[in-house]
Amino acid sequence: MTELVIFYSFALILVFAAFRVITAKNPVHAALYLVLSFFTGAVLWMLTKAEFLAVSLIVIYVGAVMVLFLFVVMMLDINFEELRKGFWRYLPVAGTVAVLMAYEMVMVLTHPSAQLRGAAVAEPAAGYNNAKVLGQLIYTQYFLPFQLAAVLLLVGMVAAIALTLRKRKNTKYINPADQIKVKRDERLTIVSVNAEARAVIEPPKPADGEQQA
Amino acid sequence: MTWTSLNAGIAYPEIFLLIAACAILLIDVFVSDAKRGITHGLTLAALAVTGAILYSGYIPQRVTAFSGQFVADPMAAWAKGGILIGVALALIYGRSYAAARQMYRGELYTLTLFATLGMMIMTSAINFLLLYVGLELLSLSLYALVALRRDSANATEAAMKYFVLGALASGMLLYGMSMVYGATGSLDVVIIAQKIATQAANPTLLVFGLVFIVAGIAFKLGAVPFHMWVPDVYQGAPTPIAQLIGTAPKLAAFAFVMRLLAEALGLAGIDLSQIRQQPMLLPSWSSMLMVLAVASLVIGNLAAIAQTNIKRMFAYSTISHMGFLLLGILVANEVGYSASFFYAFTYVLTAAAGFGMVQLLSREGFEADTIDAFKGLAKRSPWFAFMMLMVLFSMAGIPVFVGFFAKLSVLQALLNHAVLVPGVDGAGIDIDHSGLVWVAVVAVLMSLVGAFYYLRVVKVMFFDEPTDTAPISACWDVRIILSLNCLLLLALGLVPGYLLAKLGEAVKLSSLVLF
Repeated sequence: MTELVIFYSFALILVFAAFRVITAKNPVHAALYLVLSFFTGAVLWMLTKAEFLAVSLIVIYVGAVMVLFLFVVMMLDINFEELRKGFWRYLPVAGTVAVLMAYEMVMVLTHPSAQLRGAAVAEPAAGYNNAKVLGQLIYTQYFLPFQLAAVLLLVGMVAAIALTLRKRKNTKYINPADQIKVKRDERLTIVSVNAEARAVIEPPKPADGEQQA
Repeated sequence: MTWTSLNAGIAYPEIFLLIAACAILLIDVFVSDAKRGITHGLTLAALAVTGAILYSGYIPQRVTAFSGQFVADPMAAWAKGGILIGVALALIYGRSYAAARQMYRGELYTLTLFATLGMMIMTSAINFLLLYVGLELLSLSLYALVALRRDSANATEAAMKYFVLGALASGMLLYGMSMVYGATGSLDVVIIAQKIATQAANPTLLVFGLVFIVAGIAFKLGAVPFHMWVPDVYQGAPTPIAQLIGTAPKLAAFAFVMRLLAEALGLAGIDLSQIRQQPMLLPSWSSMLMVLAVASLVIGNLAAIAQTNIKRMFAYSTISHMGFLLLGILVANEVGYSASFFYAFTYVLTAAAGFGMVQLLSREGFEADTIDAFKGLAKRSPWFAFMMLMVLFSMAGIPVFVGFFAKLSVLQALLNHAVLVPGVDGAGIDIDHSGLVWVAVVAVLMSLVGAFYYLRVVKVMFFDEPTDTAPISACWDVRIILSLNCLLLLALGLVPGYLLAKLGEAVKLSSLVLF
């Protein structure tokens, strides 16, 4: 009974927070509501005894991703009103589709033939450690997907760099290492110039007229 | 856990490709822009060595590794061979195109290699988690590749559309997979198939998950009504990337559908005549695929008529070809699967040649992506006009070219389609062999419609006056390989039996044995 109360109250908070994420006018508020929805999601996971997932959701998403996201939101001058322009215009159609889909899904899953009632999480044995079991599985049975998830992160990194790194042509940046390594021969060329005979400048002869004058 | 207990030996092609991709990523840092040819050569060499390892490690049976997550079977081996060829062709044809458009960078090669790795994982994964990771590895690399030409607004828009719709499709697929997990309690394809065969799974949840899985697959394949992204992405993406998206991933997607639908949620490996009760999922997804296939054939072919951009025309033609691919799969027996496999394999070669021709005619500052660019090609270069003619005839399914035999084998399988129906006196299950004649008729009629827009390009090439008279400026290697590629379409059309038999045998040897 207590679990049920906890579940429904946190589920309500989750739905409310998720809805506010897309309706909040201020982007910082939207990001904070997202933090709230992650947090309540973590509580729901905790209820199903998935402690490790709950903790990692808070540590990774709330602690790292959302903080970074808040920084980005505050640093970039994005006009969110502009982005949300069509929101109320599209809401009737989108809302109808969403409600219809949710209704259909609820009807299918609550139908008596679905036999979903009474599906309970098995009580774990004493001394059962969620994180330890997960770690063991990842490094044994799920070794290959785990390694490939690392490759996925590498691809994300390569792609992000490829899409954002731009070498500007007019930059005045100078590489200090290149400057230090420079040798005299690379900068200074000694050109041997043939010595030329100095042109003899003769003093101008006084003009005849001057002498006469 | 040791290297031998993992049985990692059968994954050597993938392991080598991963190491090679990382090595090329590092080597490219030290390669100057002028010497990018080194990266190009190394990448092609890596693909070739991967192919050689694949060939030398060929085992004519199903072998699993990595705690039953990874399988090496003849079907996967053939699909990987086709994928490697498709990727190599995209890189060879795209080289000068990329060089002329500030795309000739190291990331083009490393991301392509990672996408190849993702495709190879997709063909060999027999665990839902691994299937998904392979798919994401492919998709993520492709999103970045489409956006690689940042200064082009079209490419950026295409990348954005591809990314948003691709993420939506991944979400659907994952939701469906989680439902199947909820119903069966496992992510392992073999265990799921066993649970379904012994009716130890919740049928409502299974069908519920199946709907989302089929929708996700249809999104990724680009089947109607989930096809909206295909024309925009094909048109907006740089042509080599459009070729990469339009060729090799189709083979990976075929294997992906085989693992998900035929093996996990179907009855692969079960003799239909042995079944005494109504199977749970096979009729459901078979009829879903039928709707998708018929819609793709009709809309793909009709919409292609209206296109003036040849890349967009290829996109709609891809949608219709995917309809044909699904027709073979929905038959749900070995004949159907091998017909679809043959279709996917030959489509990779045909589409690669088609995009290769578009890139052959493009040059710096000129995109040959309209049908008008092909005007009077016969006068400018009779040889390549003839090559393009073979590509288009093959796509249209005109006899002696390989496309005809691909369509023929799918239609044959369709006409022998067996449907399970409840027995007359309510006891057991009978098999109805009457086939899906009306679907076959629709497919043939739509192929006729398709012949119109393919032949229109042929007409433009041979009977119109050229508007663009610049000489074709392609390197000798592109000319030779493109010609060989086109001639292969003719050769495979003259002798289709060998490949057809080999692929059929591969599907047969790869079938899942449950009990």
